[in-house]
Amino acid sequence: MKELKIKKTSINGQSFKPPNGLELPISHRGKQIAKSMLWRRIREKSISAFFLTNGLIAIVILLGIFSLLFIEAFPAIRKIGLMAFISKSNWNPTSFVKESYGILSMVVSTLMVTFGALLISVPVGIGCAAYLADVASPRVREVAKPIVEILAGIPSVVIGFLGIVLVGPLLGKLFGISNGLNAVNGSVLLSVMSLPTIISISEDAIVSVPQEFKNASLALGANKWQTLIRVTLPSALSGIIAAIMLGMGRAIGETMTVLMACGNAPAMPHSFLDSVRTMTATIAIELGETVQGDIHYRSLFVIGFILFLMTFLVNLISDMVLQRFQKRGL
Amino acid sequence: MNWRKINEKMGFMLLRLAFLVVIFILVFILYDIFSKGAGVINWEFITSKPRKGMTEGGIWPAIVGTFWVSMVTIIFAVPIGMFTAIYLNEYASQGRLIRMIRLAIRNLSGVPSIVYGLFGFALFVLMLNLRLSVISAGLTLGLLTLPWTITASEEALKTVPMSYREGALALGATKWQTIRTNVLPYAVPGMLTGTILGLARAAGETAPILFTGAAFFWPFLPKFPKVLFTQFMALPYHLFIMSTQHHEIVKVRPIAYGTALILIMLVLSMNILAIWIRYRFRKKYKRV
Amino acid sequence: MSDIKLNIRNMNFFYGNLQALLNINMNILKNHVTSLIGPSGCGKSTFLRSLNRMNDIIIGTRVEGKILLDGEDIYDRNIDVVDLRRKVGMVFQKSNPFPKSIFENVAYGLRINGERRINKISQRVEQSLKNAALWDEVKDRLNDSAMDLSGGQQQRLCIARALAVQPEVILMDEPASALDPLATQKIEELIFKLREHYTIVIVTHNMQQAARISDYTAFFYLGELIEFGETDQIFTRPKLKKTEDYITGRFG
Repeated sequence: MKELKIKKTSINGQSFKPPNGLELPISHRGKQIAKSMLWRRIREKSISAFFLTNGLIAIVILLGIFSLLFIEAFPAIRKIGLMAFISKSNWNPTSFVKESYGILSMVVSTLMVTFGALLISVPVGIGCAAYLADVASPRVREVAKPIVEILAGIPSVVIGFLGIVLVGPLLGKLFGISNGLNAVNGSVLLSVMSLPTIISISEDAIVSVPQEFKNASLALGANKWQTLIRVTLPSALSGIIAAIMLGMGRAIGETMTVLMACGNAPAMPHSFLDSVRTMTATIAIELGETVQGDIHYRSLFVIGFILFLMTFLVNLISDMVLQRFQKRGL
Repeated sequence: MNWRKINEKMGFMLLRLAFLVVIFILVFILYDIFSKGAGVINWEFITSKPRKGMTEGGIWPAIVGTFWVSMVTIIFAVPIGMFTAIYLNEYASQGRLIRMIRLAIRNLSGVPSIVYGLFGFALFVLMLNLRLSVISAGLTLGLLTLPWTITASEEALKTVPMSYREGALALGATKWQTIRTNVLPYAVPGMLTGTILGLARAAGETAPILFTGAAFFWPFLPKFPKVLFTQFMALPYHLFIMSTQHHEIVKVRPIAYGTALILIMLVLSMNILAIWIRYRFRKKYKRV
Repeated sequence: MSDIKLNIRNMNFFYGNLQALLNINMNILKNHVTSLIGPSGCGKSTFLRSLNRMNDIIIGTRVEGKILLDGEDIYDRNIDVVDLRRKVGMVFQKSNPFPKSIFENVAYGLRINGERRINKISQRVEQSLKNAALWDEVKDRLNDSAMDLSGGQQQRLCIARALAVQPEVILMDEPASALDPLATQKIEELIFKLREHYTIVIVTHNMQQAARISDYTAFFYLGELIEFGETDQIFTRPKLKKTEDYITGRFG
């Protein structure tokens, strides 16, 4: 071994002893090690198999819901015909004279209140998100986050209740009608329910816009507002669209609020001031009146299946939009 | 360029307005419920049963019912959520399987609550013959809450730095040992937060329990474990009935307000607790 | 003649389709300090992490060739990775003490191996801290959080933690790069002492450091081992021009 010249040779005065007298299985050979190693491997493998099983549960549940809805719904579709379901607007499954299963009215109702809700919650939500992400001081942001969370946590039945006792009468006075339980009421309340979703996801999207973009814009002489409108928001567009889609999904799927506040008239609505009954409300109202297994019962599952597909589609689109979001590196 | 400045000022004012609208909405909701419901709340209201066709008396059975259903929900949704999150964050590798699982989770969180109710009715009440009961309703709510607990647990795991895992592995720890000793203990506060938030959500849901066990009037609840197999009253359902189905709606409105207030206070306090836990532990681990 | 502790033969390393190490052949001698030098991104850290199979936790990595520890291929299917990592310990570039007490950090390796006897653990902890030249500074506050220590102390704690499991080889990935000169000096003295009983492989950007503390030096460039030899020879009479260029600072 060559002697090496090093500049520092001080030793701290402690002698260097390897640890002694302590037993740990140091030797690498020997049956004992092989056995404990095998045991350890088996244990690790079974633990990871356990976790894998858990991971698959989500897929199992999703497929389970899909299949069960379909299995229950299919006999009705087969008997009545898919076209009769989706193209007719008369829903009267308990009629003595002629039953009909047209879901068009309720689909239109669902879309009306959803659209009305988005009309309110999209501008307010994005505006609020832009404010929090770009304009507000960190302290305000700290306070705002819990506020949005608390708003999100208010149960739908409470919102529906307020629709009955507060917003409905208010609308009645405003529009000069006797009963304020209509699509406008539903839209207003649903906008409150979809706001937190739109706000938080949009805010995430706006915050993730790289600082370099904003700096470049400012360096070119734009002020903060112009930067926000022309650079930041367009860059965050995919995330914002995803937020809107998810908010839309929430509105489509909401049950209690619309059940309590929209009036529940099954006829095809002609204006926003009409009382409407959405797909979700129909299920909620009629399931209790059906006999298990009969056509009426199964047709409610058809509605449920269609609802499932609608929210699945909305999620899929928002996923695709977000994927492009990530691909572009924005 | 004066117009640019005016533009900017107006623009930001609009944004601030949007923010204030949101705050206003929340304050308005809370104010209304608190002011009109507070008068009804007293010790008797909370602890006694409804009387005289529910025009008088209290809502104690609904509180108990909500409690039991929530317990079933947590016992189902929290462990599975944690284990799934552990799989996703610690064991799974990139690939089609993990993408499919994540897709499934995202879709499950978007399924309408009434569809969960429909599914729970067909599966638990009918097929598994659990009938209209706390356990049917609790399991249905558990399915609803599951995507939530998975996401919350996963976020908790993500906050644990990679260096903890690497350091442990380099010392010869097995994967499970590393997770058990060096990851899970530090993810617990986050998982706790997620649990509480999921619980708050489950307590407030009505649609899933409409057909799986909630009852209009069910004042007597047996002790555990019999309680699992009976119908029950629940706070959100009670509010729903009081405000839409009761034959004397106007007369019982104060009770409805009282129920709404109790429900909001319950949900609010759980939310605040969860936020507080997150805040406390974020400070504790900040120097990490 | 010194023994060969690690024998690397025709080793190639891939991140997916990207080849990061090309045909590495090298002998690491027992109880000597071998340093790996080279410009950033040339594969030194990748190579180091292959020696205790820490690269296994990155998805998509592949190793070809053999790495023999005392004659056994560590990538053999029958080899227990967990056991390997106990024998081949690692100290990371950025010190990563666990957010536990000083005592528990050092005791960690013992506990996961099933050691429960508290007096054995305490003995080993004390000995390891002494060997890492940290004992005097922490002996009165073993239950304090490790996060309260200074950067240099944390790094020595990580060394003590690695020593506690009685490894045979210690891998160090730029152990002093985040430390001030005084702390660096302490680490270098420590390394010099440790080689009496351990085989040490150290990655460093600092050529003076390599010259100071190592017996053998390997120069890596773009994933290839350009030159390997006794430190003295590499730094005074390098055989290849590329080596000479790097050492004299023409690039890197």
